[in-house]
Amino acid sequence: MIHVSMIVNGKAASADVDSRTLLVQFLRENLRLTGTHVGCDTSQCGACVVHVDGRAIKSCTALAVSLEGAEVTTIEGLAKGGKLHPMQQAFQDNHGLQCGFCTPGMIMSAIDMVNRKGSHLDEHTIREELDGNICRCTGYHNIVKSVAQGAREMATAGAAKAAE
Amino acid sequence: MYAFTYHQPNDVAAAVALLDEDAKLLAGGQTLLPTMKQRLASPASIVDLGKIGELSGISREGETIVIGAMTRHADVAANAAVHQAIPALAALAGGIGDPHVRNRGTIGGSLANNDPAADYPAAVLALGATIVTNKRELAAEAFFHGLFETALGEGEIIVKVRFPIPQKAAYQKFRNPASRFALVGVFVTQTKGGARVAVTGAGASGVFRVNALEAALGASFAAAALKDATVPAEGLNTDMHADAAYRAHLIVVLARRAVAAAG
Repeated sequence: MIHVSMIVNGKAASADVDSRTLLVQFLRENLRLTGTHVGCDTSQCGACVVHVDGRAIKSCTALAVSLEGAEVTTIEGLAKGGKLHPMQQAFQDNHGLQCGFCTPGMIMSAIDMVNRKGSHLDEHTIREELDGNICRCTGYHNIVKSVAQGAREMATAGAAKAAE
Repeated sequence: MYAFTYHQPNDVAAAVALLDEDAKLLAGGQTLLPTMKQRLASPASIVDLGKIGELSGISREGETIVIGAMTRHADVAANAAVHQAIPALAALAGGIGDPHVRNRGTIGGSLANNDPAADYPAAVLALGATIVTNKRELAAEAFFHGLFETALGEGEIIVKVRFPIPQKAAYQKFRNPASRFALVGVFVTQTKGGARVAVTGAGASGVFRVNALEAALGASFAAAALKDATVPAEGLNTDMHADAAYRAHLIVVLARRAVAAAG
């Protein structure tokens, strides 16, 4: 067993794990953060996307022991003080989901997209950037609308925060 | 995934000391980990290169772009020096896999794996890059040895890759609609020494150059120079996605598009 420590959603977390433990297993089984989902388990569907040191990755395709000392953000770390993150709220407002299984990964990818590409995202960019996230229910239309709204509102929220 | 012993060395010398015939190097893990999860690989030990800082980074040295082996695809895609000097290389890196794969996958890992449908081998071969290991420097032609095989020997680790800056370059790929890997990818370059055309995805023995197309482009680096060009289907892959004749046709189409895109 190897001792691994990370900062997960702002809090120190550690466990003794087998070397083959995937990041998603560490999050779900050791930390009981089950909002991060395992869909395909073959690094294609994106249901397991989390942020590691500010970058979106597929947590089913990274070893927990590789990420000693990393800062990890999962879907559970987005809402603050009982208030949904603007991207979460946008998915609710636009009905950007049906069964909801892919939604945590979609939202984590969408926030990463805004961090890299800015808050003015056209439909083509959103669809291209969702290349690594598969949804089997919605046909993507409302997901794309959600991401566009969430991106705009992240900019507004960011401006409000900067003004405080 | 079967159990393994895990090592995370801090420098290349320590990594080399940990290598034996039952060990595998872990770079970005975007191929190795899925392969291990499917139990198609079961190394007794994993040597993780992730904490070796000297293996990452991008710099311009004169007329060369130097990229460390552990540099992530997303970092190559976003790098200002690469954009300025070899925009085709930045675009290629930005089109590998999906955003999450690009945040983990590395150039060194891609080259060492030498997947016959990977993108980077085409760039390395067409640009005439040099692969620098802890032991020697290898020209691109000498590095790739067929499917998933390279010239890398025991205890040898890719440290960095040096790309000479071309006059013009472009990469075009036709994605397999399901896997999104290159069904065919063509990288063209124009340099003082002539034109080079490298093809990935199509060859039964991995990445290769197309001499006939290079000769035509050497005479005139324009899409029109390939108007009547053909590529023989011999030696190309036939599988459920496309037969060899279709891939041969795509090579010429994509070469024309790449030359047009190179401007």
